[in-house]
Amino acid sequence: MIDRRIRRWVMIIFILTVILICVSVISLCVGAAGISLKRIPHIMWEGRGSGEYSILFDIRLPRIILGFAIGGALSLAGTILQGIFRNPLVEPYTLGISGGASLGVCLNIAFKWYDAVGIIAYPISGFLGAVLVIVFVYSLSMKRGTLKTQGILLTGVMISFISSSLVMLIMALSRSEDLHGIIFWIMGSLDEPNMLLIRMAVIGALAGLVLSYFFCLDLNALALGEEEAIHLGINVEKTKRILFILASILTGLSVSVSGIIGFVGLIIPHLMRMFTGTDHRILFVSSFLAGASFLILCDTLARTVIEPFELPVGVITGIIGGAVFVYALSKKQVTL
Amino acid sequence: MKKALLNVEDLSCGYGKELILHDMDFKVSRGELMCIIGPNGCGKSTLLRSISRILKPHRGKIFLDGENIARMRHKELAQKIAVVSQTPESTVMTVQEYILLGRLPYFRKYQFFETNNDENIVQKYMELTDALKLKETLMSEISEGERQLASIARALTQEPALLLLDEPTSHLDITHQVQILELIKRLNRELGLTVLMVLHDLNLASEFSSRLLLLSNGSIHKIGRPEEVITYKTIEEVYKTVVLVEKNPLSGKPCVFLVTEEEMRKEKTV
Repeated sequence: MIDRRIRRWVMIIFILTVILICVSVISLCVGAAGISLKRIPHIMWEGRGSGEYSILFDIRLPRIILGFAIGGALSLAGTILQGIFRNPLVEPYTLGISGGASLGVCLNIAFKWYDAVGIIAYPISGFLGAVLVIVFVYSLSMKRGTLKTQGILLTGVMISFISSSLVMLIMALSRSEDLHGIIFWIMGSLDEPNMLLIRMAVIGALAGLVLSYFFCLDLNALALGEEEAIHLGINVEKTKRILFILASILTGLSVSVSGIIGFVGLIIPHLMRMFTGTDHRILFVSSFLAGASFLILCDTLARTVIEPFELPVGVITGIIGGAVFVYALSKKQVTL
Repeated sequence: MKKALLNVEDLSCGYGKELILHDMDFKVSRGELMCIIGPNGCGKSTLLRSISRILKPHRGKIFLDGENIARMRHKELAQKIAVVSQTPESTVMTVQEYILLGRLPYFRKYQFFETNNDENIVQKYMELTDALKLKETLMSEISEGERQLASIARALTQEPALLLLDEPTSHLDITHQVQILELIKRLNRELGLTVLMVLHDLNLASEFSSRLLLLSNGSIHKIGRPEEVITYKTIEEVYKTVVLVEKNPLSGKPCVFLVTEEEMRKEKTV
């Protein structure tokens, strides 16, 4: 039975990897300047200098890589959070993390910190906002040494509301060119010219995936409830704390690099749970791969549907994700 | 008397500042099947929760096999004590996957997959508990009685020295109640498994256990063989209810009969 299961898991990983590669190649080929697949080896051969080379490897490839990292990180964070909260509606953004990040960025734009620090001020202020919220939610939910999962959810939702109200307040008070910057950032985009940030996102996402695997069995046991997991010899408090912080960092990193891209962290873990089962040993990696493919696909659509203009990728993830999710819900019963 | 497996010394515990159990002192011998009985809210489940270390005691110590459980590592404790809860979670995993989780305490650090040995153990206990036919069904799609069987099988794969059960039969009809309790008794006899179980039903407790622990308001009212504990006097003292206690003609164990107010009035007039 174990051999059979491992064979099935290898199969799943293989299929998802193939999908990821296909989506990436498609994304590389389509765009305002259509480049056919056949020409890619030729362009690579010719090397730097040509306009097509720079479109492929300086514009499209970084977006694909960033899509891989952000999509993977967000759905991994969603899988982890749904696992610890045993609640299918939790996603990285329900915990107020995105609210904190957008508040940080809004303050940055309103007070023109970017004039002093440079363009890096955007991700830094976003990340600081996210970290602040995480620390706040975390310390409010710690009672007598145990992390109260119900409390954390409510606190997170409330903090989301507070920070989005504050964002609105700042928007109401700011001038129109600032307003444009804020809205653009809030809607989220994978257009990130800074290679250092892209590298950071990729390394962060992959490190998160590796770290999460130290706790996959603990999460399997947690599916039976916190007390049952303790009975199975799991150090539940430690697991919850580390995983919560890990998921928060993954989210904070994603938000600060690419703004708010909703829905990925909610839908992908769900869909994967339907297809692969509830075992986190396969769920983590499959969610990561599927999330990466999904976001790359959505980004490709976002930049091609109304060429030469671009839609915010969050709009596409919301529409496609929501539709697929409702369809899947009507087909199959979803539970944790 | 055989050496005690579980030794509860001077235990007081509760939630927050409020104490639920006071100064409990008792021993459970190896191979014993002991039932904890008592009215609602007297601390039966709290006692189990402190033995399984969900609750930290305010005062006192609990020893398992001479070792203080507060000092044990998580996995070590899970190898020695297994718990079957009142209503096992109905998750979307197959019964086999669920039972395999019982092997988690034996996983080495960084071990990722179950070994063949784990699988053999799971197979063995699925056969023993008659859960084998459910192997591929989802936990969420089986009845509560079957889920309880799976939960017992999972607890057994932990290969514990002590099995704790918290009202394992409270949601079941009489067929399944007897089926589960017969199974527990068989495990106790054939595998020499020590069992400590909370039961609500006095007659079932009397019938199936070798000793009873009667709790009242968070302390031990009486501990001993069923015929010592279940008498009309103790029941009236603890449950504030008038009952009739007779011997079960087949087993010789005490059996509790209800006495309605109407009957009592009739009795008085006669």
